[in-house]
Amino acid sequence: MAVMNYAAAAATSLGDAMRRDSAVVALGEDVGRGGIFGQYRGLQEAFGSERVIDTPISEATIMGAAVGMALTGLKPVIELRVIDFALCAMDEIINQAAKNRYMFGGQSHVPAVIRMPIGIWSASAAQHSQSLESWFTHVPGLVVVAPATPQDNYGLLQAALQCGDPVAYFEHKELWALDGEVDPGQPVPLGKAALRRSGDDLTIISWSKAVHWSLDAAEILARDGIEAEVIDLRTLWPWDREAVFASAAKTGRVLVAHEAIQVAGFGAEIAATLAEQTDARVARLGGPRAPVGYAPVLEAETRVTPSRIAAKARELLAR
Amino acid sequence: MMCRIRAFEDAAEEASRGGVAAFGQQAVGQAQVRGPLHLSTGQEAVAAGVCRHLRPNDYLTSTHRGHGHTLAKGADLERMMHELFGKATGFCGGRGGSMHIADFSVGMLGANGVVAAGIPIALGAAQSIKIRRVDAIAVTFFGDGAINRGPFAESLNWAAAFNLPILFVCEDNQWSATTKTGTMSAGQGAAARARSFGIEAEVVDGNDVGAVSETARGMIADIRAGKGPRLLHARTYRFKGHVSVDPAIYRDPKELEAALKSDPLLVTAAQLRAHGVAPTEIDAVLQAARTEVARAVETAGQAPWPAASDAFSQIQDTGAGQWL
Repeated sequence: MAVMNYAAAAATSLGDAMRRDSAVVALGEDVGRGGIFGQYRGLQEAFGSERVIDTPISEATIMGAAVGMALTGLKPVIELRVIDFALCAMDEIINQAAKNRYMFGGQSHVPAVIRMPIGIWSASAAQHSQSLESWFTHVPGLVVVAPATPQDNYGLLQAALQCGDPVAYFEHKELWALDGEVDPGQPVPLGKAALRRSGDDLTIISWSKAVHWSLDAAEILARDGIEAEVIDLRTLWPWDREAVFASAAKTGRVLVAHEAIQVAGFGAEIAATLAEQTDARVARLGGPRAPVGYAPVLEAETRVTPSRIAAKARELLAR
Repeated sequence: MMCRIRAFEDAAEEASRGGVAAFGQQAVGQAQVRGPLHLSTGQEAVAAGVCRHLRPNDYLTSTHRGHGHTLAKGADLERMMHELFGKATGFCGGRGGSMHIADFSVGMLGANGVVAAGIPIALGAAQSIKIRRVDAIAVTFFGDGAINRGPFAESLNWAAAFNLPILFVCEDNQWSATTKTGTMSAGQGAAARARSFGIEAEVVDGNDVGAVSETARGMIADIRAGKGPRLLHARTYRFKGHVSVDPAIYRDPKELEAALKSDPLLVTAAQLRAHGVAPTEIDAVLQAARTEVARAVETAGQAPWPAASDAFSQIQDTGAGQWL
């Protein structure tokens, strides 16, 4: 057990995996210097430039080459820097990595972890601030992961590397500096949500950075005697229906809160599923359908915040 | 090999009549080969000339027009035909069809429905070869249209920067779907673009299997010797339309007429006769190929369909598909 931040947890986790399994390699822009967020720190020194590969700024080919590596016995970890840049590699992710095994009738597997940091990151404006994780939940073949804590970033990266499927792995750019205890011996399984706070009055479902806002919202609500249960989904596909349904049965009211734009966000999938299959009353809160602006006032206007989550929760309770 | 490819393409074309609605035609629903079928008829010398220098552990990626490459890399002809028929006994269990033909057991890592998408996959296979210290190379076939996509330029740069063991083969049939490639492409073509990245490149007559083979032999020897990537630009011609049901009325009939005179099978037959091979012997090779293919068509017709439940298998281990 050690205290480390979310970025160091990722670097430690990848290093541990590379030590255990010589098939694990990492490739992407600037990974040799530790990655622009420090999430690869020390790895090229430890494993050499042949396994921690600095690449040209060629996102499509970074991802396409990773598919070729995965088909020939390696387990690549692909750094796409920010989700916004991953859009240059969508054919390679969606048509090549995700479909390969099915199209070729199981002759091939694409074990790969595709890291695409999400989220608003101070003053980074419209092309460095998006949260597009819901796009990837739509694609058969992919597993979709979004850790919220250093422990989960350590453990989910291990699980993603071991699962053998291509994993869309979303770290949050405002979580890199978050400190927390990390126990490498504590596995974090894919597809299992975490209960972050217990409560009887309503359930707030969330993931990534929005989990922390949801916990802050629960504190605000608690001042008025409202006890919110907060569930961190951790894996978006496959999502933990059992945990969500059990909490919905307990509280009867479920709010899904996420940073991504609300329209066609993954909250819609959870809310619709709950509406179809349970008696719970459901609500969603995601960002407005607007690009993220540069000026502080513009950025703030598009942020999901603890107070906005708390207000939405009160609305749901009043219905 | 060229005869086997020609026989395969001819039989697939025959079985595909009425198989897709496009180019003013309607699907009739009874065709045995359904959907888009991209034939490499007339381009056989490129696949045969290059692949004869490859070993089973060398890797290959191909295009939507990939039957010839797959056969030449050593895939079983009968299982290929079964896949075109969508049968459980095909290479992909009926999940892939013509555009996703593959035989990983002979290093054939797949045809591809997306132009230029196979190029970076072969590049990654070449880097993997280097990382794993394996004695092998990677080869990628792509068309003349693909050189205008980004992954081609990115992969040339990357292959040169990392000195990777990869052969780029531009199989230039002069047509990008229904548009003449020359009208859409600036500069001097694939070889010139490769040279601009410091990659040695050569242009050959892609209908002359001897010329293709000789050039490929030298390039592949260089690549195996660690001299880095090479590009082979083979000029050939697409005898058929973009897909099997495309009558290609957009091109001048005289262009096809002229191209048919340099049919790679005729060119090879003439060369063999000049070396004293009897015409009956040459005919017998094509006849044997047609017999082999006819048998494959027959067994493909009788083979079982995949189970409906296969729609949900081989997708992923964690969170596989289902009706919700």
